[in-house]
Amino acid sequence: MHKSGSIQDYDWWLLAIAFAICGVGTLEIWSATHASYLAGMHKHQIEWIGLGVVLMLLLSRLDYHLIMDQAPVLYLISIIALISVLAMGHSRFGAKRWLPILGGLLQVSELVKLIIIVVMARFFSEVRSDQLGLGDLLKAAAIVGLPIALIMKQPDLGTALVLLPLVAVGAFLAGLQWKHALAILALAAVMVPVGYHFLKPYQKERVTTFLRPEDDPRGAGYQILQSKIAVGSGGFWGKGLGHGSQNQLGFVPVRYSDFILAALAEELGFAGVFVALLLYMFLLLRLVQNAQRANDRAGMFLVMGVAAVLGFHVLVNVAMVIGMMPVTGIPLPLMSYGGSATLFVFLAIGLVMNVRIRRFVN
Amino acid sequence: MAISLQNEKRLPQGRLAVVSYVIVGMVALLLFGFWKLQIVDSERYAQMAERNRVRSIPIIAPRGSMLDREGRVLVDNYPSFSVLLLRDDPALVEKFLPQIADGLGMTSDELKQQIDASKGMPKFQPIVIKPEASPSDIAFIESHRSDIPVLEMLMVHRRRYPHGDLLASGIGYVGEVSAEQVEASDSKLKPGDTVGKTGLEREYNETLMGIDGMRRVIVNSVGKEVGRLEQQDAIPGKPIQLTIDYDLQAIAEADFANKEGALVAMDGRTGEILAMVSRPTFDPKDFAVRIPNAEWAALNSDPETPLINRAIQAQLAPGSVFKIVMATAMLESKAIPANYSVYCPGFANFYGRTFHCDHPHGSVDLHKGIVASCDVFFYNVGKLLGIDLIDKYSTGLGLGRRTGIDLPGEEPGLVPSEDWVQRVYHHKWYPGSTISVSIGQGAVMVTPIQLARMIDAVASGGTLVQPHLLKNDTGLKPTYFPISDDTVQQVTDGMWGVVNEPDGTTSGLVKLENIDFSGKTGTAQVEGFDLQRKLGKKLKENGWFVGLAPRRNPEIVVAALVQRGGWGSTSAAPIVRDVVKAYYDKKAGPIDRQYTTKAAQPEVLSISKKDAAVAVTQPER
Repeated sequence: MHKSGSIQDYDWWLLAIAFAICGVGTLEIWSATHASYLAGMHKHQIEWIGLGVVLMLLLSRLDYHLIMDQAPVLYLISIIALISVLAMGHSRFGAKRWLPILGGLLQVSELVKLIIIVVMARFFSEVRSDQLGLGDLLKAAAIVGLPIALIMKQPDLGTALVLLPLVAVGAFLAGLQWKHALAILALAAVMVPVGYHFLKPYQKERVTTFLRPEDDPRGAGYQILQSKIAVGSGGFWGKGLGHGSQNQLGFVPVRYSDFILAALAEELGFAGVFVALLLYMFLLLRLVQNAQRANDRAGMFLVMGVAAVLGFHVLVNVAMVIGMMPVTGIPLPLMSYGGSATLFVFLAIGLVMNVRIRRFVN
Repeated sequence: MAISLQNEKRLPQGRLAVVSYVIVGMVALLLFGFWKLQIVDSERYAQMAERNRVRSIPIIAPRGSMLDREGRVLVDNYPSFSVLLLRDDPALVEKFLPQIADGLGMTSDELKQQIDASKGMPKFQPIVIKPEASPSDIAFIESHRSDIPVLEMLMVHRRRYPHGDLLASGIGYVGEVSAEQVEASDSKLKPGDTVGKTGLEREYNETLMGIDGMRRVIVNSVGKEVGRLEQQDAIPGKPIQLTIDYDLQAIAEADFANKEGALVAMDGRTGEILAMVSRPTFDPKDFAVRIPNAEWAALNSDPETPLINRAIQAQLAPGSVFKIVMATAMLESKAIPANYSVYCPGFANFYGRTFHCDHPHGSVDLHKGIVASCDVFFYNVGKLLGIDLIDKYSTGLGLGRRTGIDLPGEEPGLVPSEDWVQRVYHHKWYPGSTISVSIGQGAVMVTPIQLARMIDAVASGGTLVQPHLLKNDTGLKPTYFPISDDTVQQVTDGMWGVVNEPDGTTSGLVKLENIDFSGKTGTAQVEGFDLQRKLGKKLKENGWFVGLAPRRNPEIVVAALVQRGGWGSTSAAPIVRDVVKAYYDKKAGPIDRQYTTKAAQPEVLSISKKDAAVAVTQPER
């Protein structure tokens, strides 16, 4: 009999793809910063990746059923953390998103994302029906709604939005009915103009800029325009690592983080982008495959929660880089520089591994 | 329980598969977006990236200098810095406006006005907000290079006039090219270029103006220069050497001091202009940077018209200087015997009107007519010749048409004729008008340069030289209006008498020892007697003197006009004498620098005036 949790049970392909993405990202972080005062950033990123791998392994050892059992407690913790960040968190770039933990600053919403994945997986796995009832749907919305409201208060619209696909994908897999789906879409169509009314001025600006970038080529539209110039000027083969003028001369905004794919597209061209996007596609498909082979619905929902969040990250970030979506400040998983974000992805992969190594357990 | 367990294990494989397709579709969509940017529109974005990264900074070519005939500098350049404002990002400009205004010592309103004034220009084109940066401005810009990305400095060359307003009217001034000039230049000029606006600056603009170079630099996103690309050096403008003799010019300018008028000194053999004065004039320094609007308005509306070059643009009655044309016409046309003489009682009646003479001259022949400038003699000559012959000889000697000197804006003057009266006034020529024209009054109008050339032509047997200011200008051919030797001799002898004979109009005041100096005075009424009577006051006349030496085939001809100076003999003649004497002094021996020192030095003038009985033109400075 196969001993569960042995070393060969880990998804080595998934890990290989993740490392490949990390490698490309670290290379581009180096390229984007080596000639500036930010030089050395890539080393920090490697440290984060190393720490992430350790945390991933640790998390994978702890049976996910045990984790899911604690979902209510975790949910409570996340709500308290979000409230405390609003009450006494660190402000950076005009938003309160960080809590000082372990001598560093932890972006609380990243941790909350992880917890909500667990919470939603628990919730949907307990739906004992092939069809998701309206009552359950509303309950799911309420559970996610509270943290969303708190995160939007930071304000961090991007991260708040990331929680929505959790509900969407979860509900879909839990047997969402078409009539409900259509009703939600109709409701959303009505709510968007109302919601717009409640956006912060800078958020409204981002939306209007996205819709009409030519109105303000050097204001809020500047970032999108410069990103598009970087991407477009890269051509098929790119300008070569370290030779992208848009990147090296600082025209690409936060080129080592949110707009790292613009930097990569400029220096490595369409060829580089093609490889990077294929890596993300394989990563996501690999997650779906793991979900398909999960031992139970709980494991499947857990893995698909991770897939939903990461997929949404990729979609929103990449679409922003090429001007197909407004600027939201959502990083590209494993590529953008950032401690909390990197740790989150590895912890999420840890959850997936957790499910993976227990797929044969009865 | 079994069902529950069953349910717990059953996965929605169909919907999971749907999610897989959604993932593939999403990646395909994103790749399509990249394909559109990086393959389809790549060219356009590559250009935009290049425009982002590269900034072209012009290298202004220095303008050619102007030298006098001996290579002394009349105009050259000095380096200076202009402050440029980069306007391609209006938000940034807006943000830094108060700081910039403060740093450059201007008010925010002044700066805003300048920015508003250039709203029509393309945004990528920087504007000059301070044409001449002070050391503190430069320090301000240098120290804020990294945090105020919209300021830039440009090295420019400005005109320097080491001798102040000397020859200002001839040199002209430079200024920013007008939109019309750019339009007409066949893309040789671009907005912001400095071009010659008037005078020699304009005439020889193409030679003087160099070709600007370009420095292409790499800038980062805040506009800081981080590297250099190629550099195209500026091609400096070529210097031009003028026929002007600084020494003579300085003497003439000093003699004019605060007088109003003009002077042209010309080499009678070649047409080279040795000196050219127009007073009052402007200070070209005012135009070197950017003339303030108020000052410009003042110059333009000044009744004394300082922006006019009177040497070529003042069209005035020549007065008695015109008698040289009459004498030439009388002898050459042979319409009147050479020994013709009249009796002058101080006036004469023609066509029922009395015409005055200065005083009774008694019996007057041609020689005495010129020497004593007897109006009655020339009234009679004019009556006998008729307007047609006067017109023929005036025109033949170059009056009534431009001399073609290498300066813009020359005026043609006017020689009246039957045709002209018919054309302009639609009536027949009144014979009485001929009487006034005979003594250079009435409709006849000349410029100083025309008179200088006319006298030269008469004294040289009818050779009309081409007056010019550019030295070594080959290919300038004189024209001919042949005059017989006999005529030349009689007329020039008369002009010698004006200066040297006891009854000459100059009363011997401007005689020059050992120099064959001759000339003709003129004192022209500014307005008719009738108007003056109406005004109840006598306006002072315009004084003329045209001198030459030697009397035949002159080396130097000088025409001087002193407006409202009264008698030509006392106002204009001494200035001409000083210039002619200086010319001979220089010829006589090595230059002892007496004329090359600064203009308006008293001792220079006292030497040149040593033998002047009356110091009419005592310098005021």
